[in-house]
Amino acid sequence: MVERQLPVRLSPLEPEYHPGSHGNFEQGVDVILSETRPGSILQLAAWPGEEKRLMSAIYKVAGLALPDGAGGGVANGVRAAFGFAPGKFTVVDEAEGLAAAFCGVVTPDVGTVTDLSHGRTAIRIAGPKAEWVLAKFFAIDFALTAFPVGAGRSTTHHDVFAQIQRSGGDQFDIYVFRSFARSFWKALCHASEEVGYEVQ
Amino acid sequence: MLITCPYCGPRDVIEFTYQGDGNRERPQPASQDIDAWNAYVYDRLNPAGDHNEIWQHSGGCRAHVRVVRNTLTHDISSTAFAHGGHKSAARHRTEAKS
Repeated sequence: MVERQLPVRLSPLEPEYHPGSHGNFEQGVDVILSETRPGSILQLAAWPGEEKRLMSAIYKVAGLALPDGAGGGVANGVRAAFGFAPGKFTVVDEAEGLAAAFCGVVTPDVGTVTDLSHGRTAIRIAGPKAEWVLAKFFAIDFALTAFPVGAGRSTTHHDVFAQIQRSGGDQFDIYVFRSFARSFWKALCHASEEVGYEVQ
Repeated sequence: MLITCPYCGPRDVIEFTYQGDGNRERPQPASQDIDAWNAYVYDRLNPAGDHNEIWQHSGGCRAHVRVVRNTLTHDISSTAFAHGGHKSAARHRTEAKS
């Protein structure tokens, strides 16, 4: 009898992922970088006028109550969701299989479910200098008043699209294309050298 | 130049793609009115002042945005979704909370 083998999950960052302290860390580590490797990363889109029903579906399936307003979001450490465009939401879960759970709830008259679990890489930057480091990449306001906890933003780094969610006071989760993830990761490490960083 | 996206708020122009003159009206696809098609393809107001334009926030939420830009000063006097379909969802920019 052949045992069923689960596929090995490979990280696109692997050749450049070096746990430990790096850069100018003698004065302390001011940012912590990590790959969160969520099992599910979904894009949910509502047809015009169906946004409220889609937000209800997100609450029903993922238990996340999205606040109203552009870029509004919520993160509870296991699951996260945020709006990144009119009527469109990113929903993330540590566990696999979230797309299947949504398929029966987000019906064709409400909107669409796109499973991007294998197409995006999630990178977390945390620490007192996280805002400082990210401000070198993205021309958006990272101040807590302009970018509240849970909120999401769509923006670009050197013309490469990225989604950012503030998952804590000084913690951000960045979703980048898997094919660009290693390049972005290396740039993020270089940008973090001056403040001292630790890869976990 | 900053363009205030109705969804994302003020963003650098580098995130946007110019989609052309916002004053044009496309004739019905079946129209055989040559003058209307000629006007659609070629006629431009080219004003020295406020100009209606369509931009896409291609490096952000990807919404199409109707922009009124002054061609002399680059001042942008108004921005709005080019398509109104999503306005009912209150998916507009988050106001800063204190």
